Amino acid sequence: MRYAETGFNLEIDLSRGSIERVATDPRETALHLGGQGTAAKILWDRVGPDVDPFSPDNLLIFSTGLLHGTPVPGANRTSVDTFSPQTNRYSHSLFGGFFGPELKHAGYDKIVIRGKAPDFVYLWIHNDKVEIRDATHLQGKGAQETAALLKEELGEKEVQVAAVGLAAENRVFMATIEHANSSASRGVGVIMGDKRLKAIAVRGTNDINVADPEELFGICSPMYAAIYDNPDCGDLLAHEDDEEFHVNNFAWGNARERIKGYWNEEREEKWTAVTESVRLRWTGCYNCPKDCHMAVAYPGRQPYFQKCYSKLTYAMAAYEELEFNYDILGVTQEYGLDGFSTPQVLAFAVELYDAGILTDEDLPDFPADGAGRFFYLVEKIVRREGVGDALAKGVYHAAREIGKGAEEYDHNTMKKFEQVPLKLSMLNYPYFLMYATGEKMNITQIEGSYPQVPIADPEERKAFVDRWEAAPERFKEYFMEWEPRAHPTVEAAVNISDWNETMHYVDDAIGTCAFLSSFTGQWAGRPPYHIHNLPSFISYATGLDIDSDGLWEAARRNRNLIRAINVRRGLRRRDEKPPADHWKKRDPEIEQQLLDAYYEFKGWTNDGIPTKQTLDDLSLGYVSDDFIERGILTGDEQSASEATVGASAE
Amino acid sequence: MTEAKGTAAMKEMADKKVLKHIMIDLDKCIGCRACEMACSAFHARPRFSSTNPARSRIRVAIDEHSDMYVPIRAGDYTPAECTGRHKYTINGKEYNECSFCGVSCPSRDYFIEPDSGLPLKCDMCESDPTLTEPWCVQVCRCDCLTFVEEEDERDEQPEKRDEMEIGLESLVLKHGLDKVLDMVAKMSSKG
Repeated sequence: MRYAETGFNLEIDLSRGSIERVATDPRETALHLGGQGTAAKILWDRVGPDVDPFSPDNLLIFSTGLLHGTPVPGANRTSVDTFSPQTNRYSHSLFGGFFGPELKHAGYDKIVIRGKAPDFVYLWIHNDKVEIRDATHLQGKGAQETAALLKEELGEKEVQVAAVGLAAENRVFMATIEHANSSASRGVGVIMGDKRLKAIAVRGTNDINVADPEELFGICSPMYAAIYDNPDCGDLLAHEDDEEFHVNNFAWGNARERIKGYWNEEREEKWTAVTESVRLRWTGCYNCPKDCHMAVAYPGRQPYFQKCYSKLTYAMAAYEELEFNYDILGVTQEYGLDGFSTPQVLAFAVELYDAGILTDEDLPDFPADGAGRFFYLVEKIVRREGVGDALAKGVYHAAREIGKGAEEYDHNTMKKFEQVPLKLSMLNYPYFLMYATGEKMNITQIEGSYPQVPIADPEERKAFVDRWEAAPERFKEYFMEWEPRAHPTVEAAVNISDWNETMHYVDDAIGTCAFLSSFTGQWAGRPPYHIHNLPSFISYATGLDIDSDGLWEAARRNRNLIRAINVRRGLRRRDEKPPADHWKKRDPEIEQQLLDAYYEFKGWTNDGIPTKQTLDDLSLGYVSDDFIERGILTGDEQSASEATVGASAE
Repeated sequence: MTEAKGTAAMKEMADKKVLKHIMIDLDKCIGCRACEMACSAFHARPRFSSTNPARSRIRVAIDEHSDMYVPIRAGDYTPAECTGRHKYTINGKEYNECSFCGVSCPSRDYFIEPDSGLPLKCDMCESDPTLTEPWCVQVCRCDCLTFVEEEDERDEQPEKRDEMEIGLESLVLKHGLDKVLDMVAKMSSKG
């Protein structure tokens, strides 16, 4: 019997209309755990470097996490993995809610989708019964609207639906996949639309078994209180009405300027009043006591769910009062547009218009106000009308299609992808490395375990370190030595970025929410889940014999495999740099030192390619064979054996 | 307190039933369904060995689109659908026909074992040793579900009468005491 997982994937070929239930190899679970990890293995095996993201040969994979459906609280984030037309590289996003656990109860660990349907279809998965059904009647419908219509049509109120809106239907690169109170972004929605897959509806009523029931329940039941009572986990931003930190420090417009002193008492009162008037309730995800998602009913708009930083992004990009954000989210969520990248594309277009690069000919009857312009541009983009056709490909590609100097206004993308609108003064060593080398395309998916700021008071610092259960020992030393306004050493910076990203690779394989672990240690050092307690949850649930070092190694294996997927598609050192103006004061010399040290630590070549020895040590010999065959490696590259020993959990 | 009064008070206590409730505050539900997971795990055999909300004796009826979140606890079984489909509008929100009903019935999937089709009923996690609170309440940190034990407010139950007394009384009511006595006399004289 397989514990915690079902041992079966659902393989769907939309071109042929075939459906298969395929048994998986438990050895893959031991190596990659599940979720993003096992999805990466499938992408490596089956999508070659020459496959265009819009080709029927590209795969779109929905993965449950290894712990989905077990009693472990907060294990509910579904991983979506594919290749993005925007970056032509690996594309990955996660969404919370209920979909992953439901899919597992239906009897599947993953849905692997290949091919393209001739016309819009949806998948109906009800335990062993799986159908590809016509969805032409749902074409043009909003994402949430589609979910409601499918529940009605299937006569199943308990079905869980992941659906795309008009944006994905029209292959907008910023398209999302929407589900319940959550959504997946960063380039996965466009592939679902391209495959003409409007929605997936799942209902599952099978048992999920765990290996050591009493022990697992014994450690899970105190977690409800530990999570609920911990003020430093969950989406801290969601519950705050004091937006001072973000509105004063993040950049407005097209990631252009900070407005220091924007926040004041009057604005806060107004914002609190608006927020309370539009809030229906707080909601949570499957089996998690935190309530991070706000159900919103804004006058004249369909109810929707607001999550994370998208509560501010549109208003700040449009230079509007914050209330505008509630208004436009009511439109963009139904279209299925990402709240991080879309506002930047809109602000970019507004700048081009103000600069005379886009004219009244490109934007007939373009409104004069920020809000009006954003609504106007959203319609152009989701319908790909006029200049909306270019803008639908994101800032990088739109700038090059529009030309006439538009490239100059593309200043906040990295590896062709829009980044968080942050413009800071002094280079930050670990952040430089995380931005430059991460495969997850957004800093929020890479940072999060090590604090962003030091503690000045030595006694407070000591107290912080003393109760810092989550941290392996070396980070306590780095933190004790960290004085305000000082850089960590290169060695510390390398280790910090390594730990931060490792925890995300853990979460994204086992399905636990980053707000309970990988993203959440940076505030007070008290994430409910961390490298030291997670192995027990995994071992009791699955029966795998795994300790902290074993978990770290599995995460490193997944990190290297995903790196290899991108290397095979051309990623090299030359691509590894943050947005050009992310920091005002740069230091090219130290930046190169940092990259050298990071690559060496990772056991990669000086060009950012994992060496044969690194790959072989991680049981990724098939990757090194492939690299040697393709001439990406000779096999004689210097290995960094000494460095990799440092990366442990203790 | 005299000894006699004290004994009477104790007797009264013993006669009163302790009622166990799970109070449900709809405004506090965040829709996480931890209650469903925990219920299914507790009732799995061996205990906690599997999870499956479809087997849970508490279900959260969720309709995100109309902001409806209603935990329902499994009650009695009925083989037929009821006729009284009601709609309730509370604070401007319309709750659908079965929102507050815990009956296991053919009109919906709730509280029916997915494998056997047999009805499920909440047993308040009765077990030995007794739990301080049912599992669904333990995992509901937002206090949508709270466990309440209270004495039955009703007066002491009247003495339980046996079947013959009830039967005779109805005969007396129908025919009058004299006729019944006559009949009993006639029957006894016949042997």
